[in-house]
Amino acid sequence: MRYSAWQVLKQGLTGHTGWKPAFRTPDPRPSYDVVIIGGGGHGLATAWYLASVHGITNVAVLEKGWLGSGNIGRNTTIIRSNYLLPGNEPFYELSMKLWEGLEQDVNYNSMVSQRGILNLAHTDAQIDSYARRGNAMHMAGAGGKLLDTDGVRKLCPFLEFDTARFPIKGGLWQPRAGTARHDAVAWGFARAADQRGVDIIQNCEVTGIVREGGRVTGVDTSRGRISAPKVAVCVAGNSSRVMAMADRRLPIESHVLQAFVSEGLKPVIPGVITFGAGHFYVSQSDKGGLVFGGDLDGYNSYAQRGNLPVVHEILEAGMAMMPSIGRAKMLRSWGGIMDMSMDGSPFIDRTDIPGLYFNGGWCYGGFKATPASGYCYAHLIATDSPHETATAYRLDRLRSGHPIDERGAGAQPNLH
Amino acid sequence: MQIPHPLLGLRDASEFVYLGDASLLQRPEVPEGADMGDSVLLDAFHEYLHLRDNPAGEHRELWFHEQGDRSWLVVTRNTTTHEITDCVLARDLVSR
Repeated sequence: MRYSAWQVLKQGLTGHTGWKPAFRTPDPRPSYDVVIIGGGGHGLATAWYLASVHGITNVAVLEKGWLGSGNIGRNTTIIRSNYLLPGNEPFYELSMKLWEGLEQDVNYNSMVSQRGILNLAHTDAQIDSYARRGNAMHMAGAGGKLLDTDGVRKLCPFLEFDTARFPIKGGLWQPRAGTARHDAVAWGFARAADQRGVDIIQNCEVTGIVREGGRVTGVDTSRGRISAPKVAVCVAGNSSRVMAMADRRLPIESHVLQAFVSEGLKPVIPGVITFGAGHFYVSQSDKGGLVFGGDLDGYNSYAQRGNLPVVHEILEAGMAMMPSIGRAKMLRSWGGIMDMSMDGSPFIDRTDIPGLYFNGGWCYGGFKATPASGYCYAHLIATDSPHETATAYRLDRLRSGHPIDERGAGAQPNLH
Repeated sequence: MQIPHPLLGLRDASEFVYLGDASLLQRPEVPEGADMGDSVLLDAFHEYLHLRDNPAGEHRELWFHEQGDRSWLVVTRNTTTHEITDCVLARDLVSR
């Protein structure tokens, strides 16, 4: 069924009894051309672009839990392309362009809202570094504007401007950035891929990676063996666990990142705002809740929940940036597990085992990358060569001395 | 989370700084006069610096008691439950 205004009208007049499930729940077949491990945003996007761009539809997406139970349903929904380094910025700009056409592409309302992102600067040095980053963004076609204090005040008069410690000197504004409805991104990709014949198999946990004669030939799952000449790992958060089934160690640690939402408020925040003197960012959902987050808890964790000291730290940063947030009640907090890589950047690459592909290491930034990650991963799986915007995301880049370290923090994953 | 410091008893985790996997204690040996561009050495340092087991379950890891006695500890903690089953001074593990 194609969604359209006509369908809404027709269903409205017939008591909404004609809607069908958005995607099938098939049983796994014994073999596929491509098996994607992980039914999160990236895995589903990969399936969609494999089907729509490369015509490969004999594909299974295996999901351990239910669709959207991982980080695609746990993030803070921000989309942006305000990166600095050449290995990153063209990729994230590709993602931004895909976001802009996503809803028409998959015929699903993902509520993509280009309300802008504002990175605050509190020192002259930060202004200089934002000028440099803004130039890098313009070179990749991402746009962006450097604002002075008055420019920031015009956009966000409610911020704390004149404190002695963190005066706001200006900010970097990317108007094309914004937010999207995270669950709807997963559902939209799932529905679109399903309509092209992709099998999305939920509650199907991969328990082993089958190898014969030095190459990958399939996977063992909780629902039996599934053979495939190409197996694509796409399980950020649990990458090390899945790749351990193929006896590979990764330059990745798993860390928990917390997120928060306040009670619903009237519209107050125009876009996404990030604090420049601590780790805090906030936006407002369409329902009115302030959605915000900050730093990792800081130690390896597979527990999808965090500890209180980091909650305290994040809220302190929030109060320093926007004291009025103290009047809002916090409704919920939750945690998700991040693949924190050694240089803070992701991987989309073949592995040294023929037939096995790897996508992971997304650190904090997986959601905004969802369409481009799927697009580039599908390109890699279909053609066995990297997409031109993802050539830097090699698994061996740390060994060869080519890290992509936006933060400049070195091989210390909890600092990226 | 509280860490059972072997000398100071239970201390709040926020007093500590986290470094990572305790395998960082085992820095590869560099033979005297070795060529640092040698690929065997490069592999060893790549593995040491970048690659991790990253287990879901028991994990031995380095914590630094920065706001305490400034000792390095090796803590054995479950990464799915945060249960700590062992905590020793790192200096007791390193023989030199």
